[in-house]
Amino acid sequence: MAEPQRARPKPTPETQHFWDGTKAGELHLQRCDACAHVYFPPRPFCPSCASRKVSIFKASGKGFLYSYVINHRPAAPGFTPPYAIAVVELAEGPRMMSNIIDCPQTPEALELDMKLEVAFEALDDKITLPVFRPAKG
Amino acid sequence: MRSNQVAVVGAAETTELGVIPNASQLQLHADAALNAIADAGLKLSDIDGFATAVETPQQVCHYLGIKPTWVDGTSVGGCSFMLHVRHAAAAIEAGLCKTVLITHAESGKSMIGKAPRSIPADSLQGQFEAPFGVYGPPSMFPIPVLRFMKTYGITHEQLASVAVVQREWAAKNPRAMMKDPITVADVLNSRMIAYPFRLLQCCLVTDGGGALILTSADRAKDFPRKPVYIMGTGESVETPMVSQMETFNSSRAFTTAGPLAFREAGIAHKDVDHLMIYDAFAHLPLFGLGDLGFMPHEETGQFIADGNTRPGGKLPLNTNGGGLSYMHSGMYGMYALQESVRQMRGIAPAQVPNAKISVCHGVGGMFAASGTIVFTNER
Repeated sequence: MAEPQRARPKPTPETQHFWDGTKAGELHLQRCDACAHVYFPPRPFCPSCASRKVSIFKASGKGFLYSYVINHRPAAPGFTPPYAIAVVELAEGPRMMSNIIDCPQTPEALELDMKLEVAFEALDDKITLPVFRPAKG
Repeated sequence: MRSNQVAVVGAAETTELGVIPNASQLQLHADAALNAIADAGLKLSDIDGFATAVETPQQVCHYLGIKPTWVDGTSVGGCSFMLHVRHAAAAIEAGLCKTVLITHAESGKSMIGKAPRSIPADSLQGQFEAPFGVYGPPSMFPIPVLRFMKTYGITHEQLASVAVVQREWAAKNPRAMMKDPITVADVLNSRMIAYPFRLLQCCLVTDGGGALILTSADRAKDFPRKPVYIMGTGESVETPMVSQMETFNSSRAFTTAGPLAFREAGIAHKDVDHLMIYDAFAHLPLFGLGDLGFMPHEETGQFIADGNTRPGGKLPLNTNGGGLSYMHSGMYGMYALQESVRQMRGIAPAQVPNAKISVCHGVGGMFAASGTIVFTNER
């Protein structure tokens, strides 16, 4: 029997560009052309001023660890506990949920405000997830 | 809305609470409803307004044989019932109906006749949260707490004391699921669920239900029970994605709903004799005390650790034992409301002497929604 799989996102017309971006190794955010608000998750209008004139841009991929839990039980399918579920604050402002790689999943190693950079983890040939690792240097 | 124009005239929980393997979720709605109707001295045919969450109004109304002219199916998580109280009070005042029944029931433990909760893969949660390993409330609700602790200097011991104090209240309540005393060390040594939270900082998983009956304050004096008036109300929603909250230092839904209810009631914090803050997890009372304006967030942990919310303390909080020790079927808000009503009637197992004003504050989802009700027993 196959191993249970981690939950796999299914893009919608409004989010497809984000998943196209991660597949190409880029983290996409959106910026309002009218008020310059940067936002996430994706949608074709600005949640700050309601303008439909918005642009997609490649984010720096830099951020810091805003908060997290280290989940022990119950573990989600496809995960081996304990594993951290993190919220990363991006340099551009928005926050996103993610996982932290290349780092022990312990309170000692996972320090709030530690600098992070994006990495990409392919789930299959269609979906690549954005994850984060401690920033180098 | 005007204060004290509508009153709770019927209130009851299901006959049993805890593990109920012999009833479906729908039957638990009916059991709570029939108990509340008996409590109010009414007949089912007297009910012309109905509200519930998760189950649809049509499902429960048909099962009970109720023919309503006003319904509310607001379903925003565990505080839905606070919102139902607010909406029902407005509807009664507007003349849309006269006597409203609000029911909650959940076969949260036995899972009989209960649809499993699922996150569609093409929802925003399914795309931007589920793939990172969130799996049920214990992996999601505590996500803000480390940031909250760092911002305000809250300690693990202070967060453990929340569970200890609530167990003290539960010990006074024969219907509480967990009554044995615990210490801060017990909490910090209980098994890890999702760091920083351990088993004793997470809510119970039980079966049960509850129901309320509301009518105009003018009619309320003719009912058998002491009326409990709706003095003030507030509600709001923020986001279904915990990762997308405006800040982890506070809940925007809380800071909207809470102050709205206080303003409507025209009360100050010193007027509050009794307080319920929905405690799905141990950080909720700290968020609530700060966001409702009782004190700066920095002081909330020490305030609880110092015993101010315990039996005999100056601000009795979660006096049934809370979701941590009394019961938690999944949508706990109804049980918080029931305890506020008992305290205002003067019949709670751990009664706060001479309590005249009770504030009942609920959360829905993971800080996704909020509802606040201020009750009083004086008109």
